[in-house]
Formats: sequence, C-alpha cells, structure tokens
Amino acid sequence: MITSIRRILIGQKVIPICTIILGILFIITMLAPLIAPNDPIAVNLAYKLQPPSWEFPLGTDHLGRCNLSRLLFGGRISLGFAMLIFISSLTIGLIIGTFSGYKGGWVDQVLMRFCDGVMAFPSLILILGLVGIFGPGLQQVILALMLVQWVYYARMFRGMVLSLKEQNFIAAAKISGSSQWKIIKNHIIPNVLPPLVVMGTLEMGWAIMDISAMSFLGLGVQPPTPEWGAMIHEGKSYIRTNPELMLYPGLMIMLVIVTFNLLGEALSERYGVKRRS
Amino acid sequence: MGTFIIKRIMSIIPVFLLAALLTTGMIHLSPVDPAEAYLTAAHIEPTDEILAQKRHEFGLDQPFFMQYVNTIKKICQLDFGISYVSNKPVWDEVIHRIPATLQLALGSLFLAVLVSVPLGFFAGVKKNSAIDHFSRLLSFFGASIPSFWLGYILIFFFSVKMDLFPVEGIGTWQHLVLPSVTLALPLIAMYTRLLRTSILENLQEPYVLFARTRGIKEKTIMAKHILRIAISPMITGLGMNLGKLLTGTIIVETVFSWPGFGRYFIEAIFNRDIPIIQCYVLVAASLFILSNLMVDLIQMYIDPRISRKEGQQR
Amino acid sequence: MLGTEQSNVLQVRDLHVQVKTKNGATTLVEDINFELKRGEVLGLVGESGCGKTVTSMSILQLLNRKTTTIEGSIELLGRELNGLGKKEMREIRGKDIAFIMQNPMNAFTPVFTIGHQFIETIRSHTKWNKKQATELAIEAMHHVNLPDPVNLLKQYPFQLSGGMLQRVMIAIAACLHPAVIIADEPTTALDVNNQKKVLYHLDKIRSEYGSAILLISHDLGVISEMADEVAVMQNGRIVEKADVFQLFDQPQHEYTKKLLNARSKLHLDEPVIHLA
Repeated sequence: MITSIRRILIGQKVIPICTIILGILFIITMLAPLIAPNDPIAVNLAYKLQPPSWEFPLGTDHLGRCNLSRLLFGGRISLGFAMLIFISSLTIGLIIGTFSGYKGGWVDQVLMRFCDGVMAFPSLILILGLVGIFGPGLQQVILALMLVQWVYYARMFRGMVLSLKEQNFIAAAKISGSSQWKIIKNHIIPNVLPPLVVMGTLEMGWAIMDISAMSFLGLGVQPPTPEWGAMIHEGKSYIRTNPELMLYPGLMIMLVIVTFNLLGEALSERYGVKRRS
Repeated sequence: MGTFIIKRIMSIIPVFLLAALLTTGMIHLSPVDPAEAYLTAAHIEPTDEILAQKRHEFGLDQPFFMQYVNTIKKICQLDFGISYVSNKPVWDEVIHRIPATLQLALGSLFLAVLVSVPLGFFAGVKKNSAIDHFSRLLSFFGASIPSFWLGYILIFFFSVKMDLFPVEGIGTWQHLVLPSVTLALPLIAMYTRLLRTSILENLQEPYVLFARTRGIKEKTIMAKHILRIAISPMITGLGMNLGKLLTGTIIVETVFSWPGFGRYFIEAIFNRDIPIIQCYVLVAASLFILSNLMVDLIQMYIDPRISRKEGQQR
Repeated sequence: MLGTEQSNVLQVRDLHVQVKTKNGATTLVEDINFELKRGEVLGLVGESGCGKTVTSMSILQLLNRKTTTIEGSIELLGRELNGLGKKEMREIRGKDIAFIMQNPMNAFTPVFTIGHQFIETIRSHTKWNKKQATELAIEAMHHVNLPDPVNLLKQYPFQLSGGMLQRVMIAIAACLHPAVIIADEPTTALDVNNQKKVLYHLDKIRSEYGSAILLISHDLGVISEMADEVAVMQNGRIVEKADVFQLFDQPQHEYTKKLLNARSKLHLDEPVIHLA
C-alpha cells in the first residue's frame, strides 16, 4: 500500500495537486475580508472559548474572537507577505546577481563572498539580530527577511549569467540576427525558469516558517492582528482546556509548508534542478 | 596536519574582525540611541546633559574607527558591556545561562545521531523496505513541521494527556526529553536523508564489487567499508547545520521555558538590551566557525585522503 | 570422455542469463558453453557490451538476484554453483575463484590500507590470526615483485600507482591458491610496461599453482600472448571457440575475421603485443 501511495505521490499528479491546493489556499485567504464569517479582531468576552457553532464554525478563542475568521485573515498575512518577500528578494537578487555576474572581477568576488557568508550563517539568527536592531514589528520582520533572502537569488542569477556568457547559443542567436528581446524570451527565460520556480517554492515555505516563528516569539505581528504563529503563541496558555486554539493554526502552517516542500521537490526532480539543502 | 589547523584558525580572524565591525555598526543602525535606551531602562530621565555623559561613557562620541578598535579590545577581554536591564556585566549573565543551552544542544545532537545513523543506514541498505519508507516520510515531515508547534504537540500528548514528562522547566532528565526530541527531529530528518543518499551512491561503487569478489561478508562490507565512507557527507552536514541547532535552541527554549541563552536572547530583543544582542550574535558566529573547523578535523580523521592531500599541497 | 570432464576445473553449460525489464525479459547472454582446465588460460574476447562481464558475474553469482535469472550449469570442480546458497558462495569467492578487476585505482576501498584489505581477505577464508595473515600477504607481494611489502601494506590505495595496485590485486587473488582466476580486462587501464608485468605474473601463477585463468579482454594482442584457447563473444553469444593458434591463423566466423582485421595492419607479421 505504501508503495502505491509513493507511486501516486511521485507520479505526475503531485505537481498539479500541490499547485491546486496552494491556489485554493491563496484564493480563500486573499478573499478573507469577503468570506470570513466574522470580524477577526472583534473581542467579545461573552462568547469566550465556545465550541463550533453556526455562527462560529470553528469555535472561539479566549477573547471570544472567531477562530475561522482569524485563520483566514492570518493566512492572508502569512501567505501575502511570503509572496511579497519572495518578489522583493527575487528582484534584489536578480539585480545584484546579474550585475555581479556581468561585471566579474573583484566586484563579483566581493559580492559573492558576502553572499556566501550570509548563506552559511543560520538565517534565523541573522533575522533576529536585525529585528533586535530595528525593533519588533511585522514591517521589521519583513524587512529583515528580505535582507537575508536576496542572497540566494543573487547567487543563482549570477551563476546563470556566468554560464550563459559561455553558452554558444547566445552567440549563435546574435549572429543569426535575433533581436535582444527574442533572445531573452526564447533562450534565457526557459533556462532561468525551472531553478527559479524550484527555489521560489522552497523559499516561500521557509518564509512562512520564519514569519510564523517570529510572530510566535512575539516579534513579528503584534496583537490584535491575527497570524498563525501568533495564534499559537496566544493559544499555548489554553493547551489543557482548549488545545484546538493551537491545533488549527499549526495545522494550517504545516499544510502550507508541506505542500510547498512537496511541490518544490517534485519540481526539482522533474526539471533536474539541484536544491540547496 | 598541524599547519592545517593553524591556517584554519588564522582564517577565523578576518571573519571575527568582520563580526566585530558589524557589531559596532549595529549600534549606529539602530533607530534607538543606546544611551537613551539604557537610561530609559534604568528609569533615569534622559536629559541632554545625562545623555551626553552616557554617550561619552559608551564611547559613542568617538570616531567610528576608534569605536571599532575599542570594541575589538573589549571583546578580547570578554567585556561585552553592561546589560541595560540588569546592570550586570553581559558576560556574567551569559555564562550563567550557557550551560542550560549546552545541555539541551548536546542532548539533542546525541539523540539525533543515535537515531539517524541506524535509520539512514538501514534505509539505504534495504532500499524500498518498510524502514526505508518510514525514514523518507520522517525526513519529509520532520523538515516541514514548525518546531514551536511540534513542541506543543508533544507537550499536549506526553505531558498533558499522558503525564509522562513535565511541561516546562529544567532539572531532571525527564525535563530534557521533550525539548531534546523537539530540537532533534529536524536534524534527524536531514541527517537520515543525507546518510541514505550517500549509502545508495556508495552501493554502486567498484570497491563494493571488489570486496564481494574477495568473499568478504556482506555485513562487513556494509557496516565497515560503506558506512565509513558514506558517513562523511553526513558529518559535513552535521557541521554545516549546527546553525539549525542554534536556531532551534532559541525556539525550543521559549516553548519549554528552558532557562538558556536562547531564551535570554529573545528577552533581550524585547527589552532592546543591545549589549546582549551583540554578544549573542558574536557568540553564535564564533561557535559556528569553530564547529566548522571541528567538522573538518573529523573528516580528516575518517578519510585519510583529505589529510594527506592537504599535507602534500603545502 | 570421462577423463576429460574430470580434469575440467570450471565447466559452464548452456548458460542463459535474462534480466527483467519494464517490458518483459531481455536476454543478456545465451548458449554459453566452455571449460577451463587446470593450468589453462581461456581468453574471452569481444567488444564492450557483448556479455563478457555478465558471464564472469554469473560464475561468481554476483548478479542481482531480484532482477536477473540465471539458467544453466556452472560447475567448479564438479560442484554446481548456480543457485548455490549465499553463504557457501561467499566462501568460494576469493578462495576458490578469484577476481581481478579492470580498474585497480578504484577497486580498493579508499579509507582502508592495502594491508587491511589484504588481511581481511585472507582472514575471511582462513582461521589465521593477523600476524600469520600478514606474513602470507608479504610473501604473496614478494611473488609479484612488489618492493618493500611491509611498508606497502601500510599505504592507502590512493598512494599507489595503477601498476602497483594491479599487482597487489594479483597478489590477493593468488595468495590462497584459487582453482580459477577470472581476470577482467587486467591490462586495459595500464601502460605498456605494466601490462607486460601483469601478464608475466599471471603466467607465473598459472604455472606455479596450476590455477586456471579466464582472461577477459578486448585486446587481441593480450589474448594472443596469454591464451591457450579463445572464445569470441558477440551480442551475448559465443560465435567461435578454438585453440589460439587456429583462431588467429584460420578464423572461421565472420565476426572473428572482422576483429582480427580491425587490428593495426602495420604489425601483421610480427608476434608483438598490440595495444588495441
């Protein structure tokens, strides 16, 4: 039985299934303001710690707030900002990486040594250090994450630029008179896309893990804003009586990270891309 | 061999200088004036006079380069300044808390190696067996589960429901179990996978065939020949991921109220206790560099090719 | 008839090896028949992929039991090897049948000394202690003219040259006086000088201990120098089998003729070792 589960998982179906799951999650969390049953920050102590009901489909927390709504809005923050971090660190990495690869020489060496240093050092400690300087808060955490993540993309893009410089088909395309834009479209992008997508999915998973970890520690999102990590932090006092306060947000985090990781692995196997461990 | 060690230790120095530079710079990057933060924490009204005096005390009115040099001098004397919060020397506070973190870290590392080596070994040797599938599942979920959540799940089942282990705090070996497991799981996930891959690769190598043709027992080939070579990437991985261990202690200590350096670091961030933050980052960087060195040394011992080649290159 | 069969050290009859693939079963070798007599060298010639290695691996019973099926008879001194239990087969490998690999540089385990691996082999088949095994190893190394065996045993494989490693392999193969030695392309990875040495020592072992040698090679020069009988393989079958002089002077099969013609034409008249 396990073998057949493996076969399904490793088969072609993984990628579409994961993408669909993530797509659904993105959509419902982004639509949170429209579909959430209640206001996620409305406090009403009278309804404190209630079991699931029609009004509160997943029950309420210790301040009488709707769990489901908080989950949805929390997802909006986690996923939304993970997206933001991905796009911005990608952009920074793209600019610096291509510049470094193009320039070469000592500029390249210095930049890459710097990136190596940052990559080698445990990221959470760097982020915490940065948050320590900037102070606690969601914006600071996002900024810190961006500052740490761009190096991975920079290295990747720089490597690509270097190998593309060597490749013959660029020269051949130039000789045959293709316009610059065509070269980019037909030659560069198909080479760039697979590793980028693989790295992106895995990095998104990490970003969500980091955002929720920081919020859990109390350093990211500040109350009363809902966020999965923060919800776990708040729910921990009720572990004996109402463990579901911690269970739901944790499950969501896991669901998202597992899906991203599965997708990333399947993609990297499919397109033969190396992952950073 | 000796030259190698010396050379490596020498290479630590530039990194160290860089870390000191960053530390000095951190103060300036912070939107908060350290003198002001200190005074506020000490509940002293920061008038301009007192502020200027404090800044002079902290050496903040000196040129940047002088500050940098001072920082280095102080670090060499293990003088990291005074905690804003407790008013005691940072180093004393840190030393007081490091043993707890060490205990947790070593316990987890021990557990991780204890589980990963046999698990990874048998997963590789008996590919596609039940053990193999189990290890791959474990590797996958172990890497995906957030450790703070895992900690609470374990607490819920083993402390609250089954009352086997205490919920938090430090003291007996029972206190060590759940935190160690929480910290060890992501490590196990990684090392098991590394070892398994390495073993699978080695199974294809010619030396395995040659050993078989010589009539060596299969068990000996697996346990002695292959394992000794295959374990090398895992050890490299161990060294490179000491960072994960360090990061993990921060979270695990918070979840289990473990009185270690990691939890103290988080408190310092909340309190804007900058000297502590600086100290932590420096200590983390140093530990990191040292552990890489240790890993290299172990590698040299296990695989004689590396040490001889290093020697020959000089 | 009976007398001839009794002096056969190794006898392979109707060997047929198949491997299971997604689409069914593919035949790797079939209708393989040959004998090895005491002190005799049988050369197995053919291009890459013709089934030489599969044949030798079948004799050693080292093919993947889950994916390959071996039919036919492989008799060593009258004992059937095909289907023999794992434990019994392991005892035979290294002691009654020895194997010399093609590339000596990666045949040895990199993290153990030569001595460790040599003694390990000896002690896997005997009850001797370390000291006795070491003495035997040193003696075997002397036999193949390896200088300073005591120190050589303490070296790691990467510290030795290809030629020396190959001779160590020969020493290991010969030290327990096996009935059969299978040498799979023993000269291919070596330069001319070392090739000569290797062949010389193999010949010495053959004459001193009476071991039969199955010499696998694609190099016709090596075959013509060493072999008593030659079997030519193509696409998993033996297409011609004859006495060495007869094969080289009057080849019967088209493929054999093609192989002989493919050698360098310059040295046709001289009995010199060619590098194929």
